[in-house]
Amino acid sequence: MNHLGTFLIRMGNAAVLLGSVLVLNFLLIHMAPGDVADTIAQSMGGADAEVMAQIRAEYRLDDPFLVQLTRYIGNVLRFDLGHSYFYNEPVTDLILRRLPATLLLVVTAQVLALLVGIILGVYSSRNPRGIFSHLITALSLFGFSAPVFWTGLLLLIALSLRLPLFPVAGMVDPTLDGGVWVRALDIAHHMVLPVLALSSIFLALYSRLSRASMMEVLESDYIRTAEAKGLGNTKVVYKHALKNAVSPVITLAGLQFSAVVSGAVVVETVFSWPGLGTLAFEAILARDTPTILGILFFSSLVVIVGNLLTDAAHRLVDPRLRRRG
Amino acid sequence: MTDPVLRIENLTVEIRTRTGVAPVIDDLSFRVDTGRTLALVGESGCGKSMTALAIMGLLPRGIGRIVRGSILLGAEDLATTSPARMRSIRGNEIGMIFQEPMTSLNPVYSVGEQISEVLRAHQGMGRKAAWSMAIELLDAVHIPNPSLRVSDYPFQMSGGQRQRVMIAIALACRPRVLIADEPTTALDVTVQAQIFDLLKDLQRDTGTAIILITHDMGAVTEMADEMIVMYAGRMAEAGPVEAVISRPRHPYTRGLISCVPHLGAIVDDDRPLLTEIPGIVPGLGQFGQDRCLFASRCELSDSHCRSARPAAYAITDGHSAACWQAGGAA
Amino acid sequence: MTDMANHDATTTPRPRHPAVEAFEMFTRNLSAIVGLVLLMLIILGAFLGPMLYPTDPFEMVWAPFTPPGQEGFLLGTDYLGRDLLAALLNGARVTLLVGASAALLSVCIGVTVGALSGYYSGFVEEALMRVTEFFQVLPTLLFCMVIVALFGTSLHMIVLAIGVVSWTGVARIARSEVMRIKQLEYVLAARASGATHSQIILFTILPNAMPPIIVQATLMVGSAILFEASLSFLGLTDPNVVSWGQVIGANRQYILDSSFAVTIPGLAIFVTVLAISLIGDGLNDALNPKLRRR
Repeated sequence: MNHLGTFLIRMGNAAVLLGSVLVLNFLLIHMAPGDVADTIAQSMGGADAEVMAQIRAEYRLDDPFLVQLTRYIGNVLRFDLGHSYFYNEPVTDLILRRLPATLLLVVTAQVLALLVGIILGVYSSRNPRGIFSHLITALSLFGFSAPVFWTGLLLLIALSLRLPLFPVAGMVDPTLDGGVWVRALDIAHHMVLPVLALSSIFLALYSRLSRASMMEVLESDYIRTAEAKGLGNTKVVYKHALKNAVSPVITLAGLQFSAVVSGAVVVETVFSWPGLGTLAFEAILARDTPTILGILFFSSLVVIVGNLLTDAAHRLVDPRLRRRG
Repeated sequence: MTDPVLRIENLTVEIRTRTGVAPVIDDLSFRVDTGRTLALVGESGCGKSMTALAIMGLLPRGIGRIVRGSILLGAEDLATTSPARMRSIRGNEIGMIFQEPMTSLNPVYSVGEQISEVLRAHQGMGRKAAWSMAIELLDAVHIPNPSLRVSDYPFQMSGGQRQRVMIAIALACRPRVLIADEPTTALDVTVQAQIFDLLKDLQRDTGTAIILITHDMGAVTEMADEMIVMYAGRMAEAGPVEAVISRPRHPYTRGLISCVPHLGAIVDDDRPLLTEIPGIVPGLGQFGQDRCLFASRCELSDSHCRSARPAAYAITDGHSAACWQAGGAA
Repeated sequence: MTDMANHDATTTPRPRHPAVEAFEMFTRNLSAIVGLVLLMLIILGAFLGPMLYPTDPFEMVWAPFTPPGQEGFLLGTDYLGRDLLAALLNGARVTLLVGASAALLSVCIGVTVGALSGYYSGFVEEALMRVTEFFQVLPTLLFCMVIVALFGTSLHMIVLAIGVVSWTGVARIARSEVMRIKQLEYVLAARASGATHSQIILFTILPNAMPPIIVQATLMVGSAILFEASLSFLGLTDPNVVSWGQVIGANRQYILDSSFAVTIPGLAIFVTVLAISLIGDGLNDALNPKLRRR
């Protein structure tokens, strides 16, 4: 019952956040210079005042603010995020078609960065002056300081243009014939460079924090207890220390979700990855406001879901969070 | 009683400091017998805990090492045994409980897991058997409702309960020696007495020898049969508790005893006031010097004390003191 | 053995001002000094460079894709035959100014929100925490892109957009510091002597909360520069002003012909942010009393 309560509170919280994003979206449309009628008129190549008024009436743009806001939220609840004038199709369809590519990129990069970061961190914590420790320091300085699009372009130049190991752009090879496995392998092949570029930032963060956290935990009393029990080194480090040390890393990973999505936007443009990022880029160039705001909404949703998952992972690792609710 | 389970002979442990190498344990010898309790007494920094870590083979890596002497568990010298063999002794033939029950248990595992883990590691028990054994052990250390509490996490228990769990872990494999490093310092006075009673009961049942590390003379009289007073890494005085407390020969021992109200009354009736020992424990840099390290704080010291290290002076059967004045000061 | 004894007796610590100690700690940190020197050079280049090398970064001066070092162009020319060195020197000013002012803005917002939510409890705290949570959920860069796309690409708007999306980290740190400090005795003493809430926050708590905030503020400059670079790389910047990210964005179609037009400005961003990170790490070591003991 306690579990259910916490779950409901969390879901309610997420719903409120999502609602706030919607209100913000609507405010942005409202405050931005020029409205839907202007945009449509522009795409028609100019329109006179009468046509403009007709459009405004059609889209009910003259209704009071709150009425429009309620209608907007009502529409979103029915998965209607408006119509893209530029692509001439419903924004929801447009986004749902692009979302899987972004999710694939974001989740792979985040998981890879976490796994490798924790492994590097654990390894170097046991040997603070060793080569891995220096590697982490160098890696984290690079990850913190290099612009992600530059990392991406460097990878592209080195591993795709100079050494043609990986494809330059896109997610699939349209000329390829074959079954599910062939295509999955093809996607994986396309994914290598974007994932490397995106995870480089977060790998730096996670490995540094894991190392610090691990070094702190290895000094703690319960590690001495585990040693006094006569447990092997592997048990002491991986069973007793790691499970404690991983907690702050999970917290950080949760906080980074919005940064991962942001990074994905840039990485997608560099590698022409057909996800929400490239869509956002195109939509902004085309001044396609409904699409832009729809993307903002969906990517916030991705971050919120990511946070909920992080939270669940945290509870799995730390019993103190589980029992207290 | 005649057969020592653990014999420490001329143990010397050095640690690296910023300024050099210091012998934190300097030529220490003692023995513990089955079913008996030996107390290591002294102020903090005198080498008590280091002795425990040396016996456990847990000296801080790269900082502390045994340079001389032997630690004989039965016929086996732990000072020279392999790390793998040492691991199979720790938690199995020698158990240890620590000062801080609040932080000595791993917060993310249930107490049952933490007890049964040691049984699985050393006794080759399966998961199920180890788990039900953990419940029995919790019962043995007087945790109420053990079959329910076994899946509790440390944060759901009080300090006294956590120390009981620590005792259960340390005694799970019925070790020959139990090292208790300040086991009650962090606990309430009423809980302290319960923990001591528990340790005594368990000792009676299992016959384990206990090395009690403490700075609390009250704990010594309550628990121990023999005692060693340590000062600056060296043995200052050793002997049966009764003899040392009633007829202390080393000025340091006398100082320690007179710090405790009701023990001070036993020593001599003409000194009713509580006193404290002037000065502080010498810094690590002075450890190992060829003189009496207590001389700077001792009102009886003379030039002899400051120029040569005193050897142990045997007083009566088993009672000895490392003091140049011990012969005449009685 | 005897000199160890002497050593023990002769070291009597003299109390010194913590700021002096922190300064000494910082100057002894080689990588922090390297960072500081690098940053100084970059700032000098940004403000003196355009005067010493007056080529217009927008002017076509030679054939496109002239490699670095040829025809008298130290860094070569881009796809429109514009001088890359001129672009780099002129872009530095924009990059640094936008980075610094956006960081300042986000630190101001962050410290205000963090201090208030840490000091007060109840409704104010709850409301501010919700706002912080809300901004944590918005994908920062995307939100920035939306603001700039809807409201125009002037530098002011870019600074505002970056500042508005990146203050949550500062707020989190300020909040935890304020929550820690408000329970200390000297704050109680100030309250007992009748200081108002704003006096306590401004003059008692915040000065003591500064060390971690200073470190974070330094690192914020770096991340604001990266932010600006990403926006201008995507073309969301004032088209009349050169910036490093913009040069990369404009030349990225031609990496096959002239990868240097992409790698060199990127290197400039990297080195600048690296210098700031090194300074930030140095400040962290110097101002963090926990590490100072080692």
